[in-house]
Amino acid sequence: MENMCKEDLFKLIQSTNFAIIELAMYLDTHPHCSCALETYHEYHRTFKKAVSIYEDRFEPITIYGVNSDDYWTWGNEPWPWQKECDC
Amino acid sequence: MWTYMKMLEYPVNIKCTNAKLAMAIMSQLGGPDGEKGAATRYLSQRYAMTDNRVIGALTDIGTEELGHEELVSTIITQLTKNLTMKEIEDSGFYQYYVDHTIGIWPQAASGTPFSVTTLQSTGDPITDLHEDMAAEQKARLTYDNILRLCKDEPDVYDAIKFLREREMVHYQRFGESLRLIQDDLDSKNFYAFNSAFDKKATCL
Repeated sequence: MENMCKEDLFKLIQSTNFAIIELAMYLDTHPHCSCALETYHEYHRTFKKAVSIYEDRFEPITIYGVNSDDYWTWGNEPWPWQKECDC
Repeated sequence: MWTYMKMLEYPVNIKCTNAKLAMAIMSQLGGPDGEKGAATRYLSQRYAMTDNRVIGALTDIGTEELGHEELVSTIITQLTKNLTMKEIEDSGFYQYYVDHTIGIWPQAASGTPFSVTTLQSTGDPITDLHEDMAAEQKARLTYDNILRLCKDEPDVYDAIKFLREREMVHYQRFGESLRLIQDDLDSKNFYAFNSAFDKKATCL
């Protein structure tokens, strides 16, 4: 994960985030399903690691992920609807 | 993309029910200057903004307004919890009760349903930011009106006071946002054109 390019890392965050949303929704109505819970933990570990690496190397994803000591970088990179690539 | 945090932005712990007050405070959820309108306004306006720092401010303020919907809804819920039928009948709450019992439904204190016709997203950054500053002032004065109604309810007063303060902070941030946009424009005439739509000022 440490050596992934920005686009691949972002896609990993995006896809694991969606998996977590889907699993959480399922677990809301099936809170004792150990199989789904295990899958949730797996995706959540990957998601947390990917976000931490991405925010260290590139840009914040949430306001809790601004790592710069120089200035506030929240508005630096394009907003989602301004991006030209498909991510 | 949004995620939910399972906590209020500011603690609310109201011990006494008060149906009449709940009816008044409801305006700050679904009224003309309420939190639902604020969140809808700011989050909608982001897409036509020309300055990425201002998009950041609209995103973060709009997100906080979503949290305020939850705060106001919590205040109403706690004010209407364990109401007796007599209290419902004796207060102005009985009309609301017919349709919604003690559920949360966005409407003004007058009973007018929440409507986006109370807000604008014009696609013009300067126009929108002026609207946003006015909106914060209107919300602030509505909270002032509510504060006069809940002087004897310290738990309610405290939470409303917090919400009122946030309106003032947002007003300040929108004022600064307007300045950021204007810094990129011709100071001789900020209003000559829509800076998000027209390529350059038309000959006026």
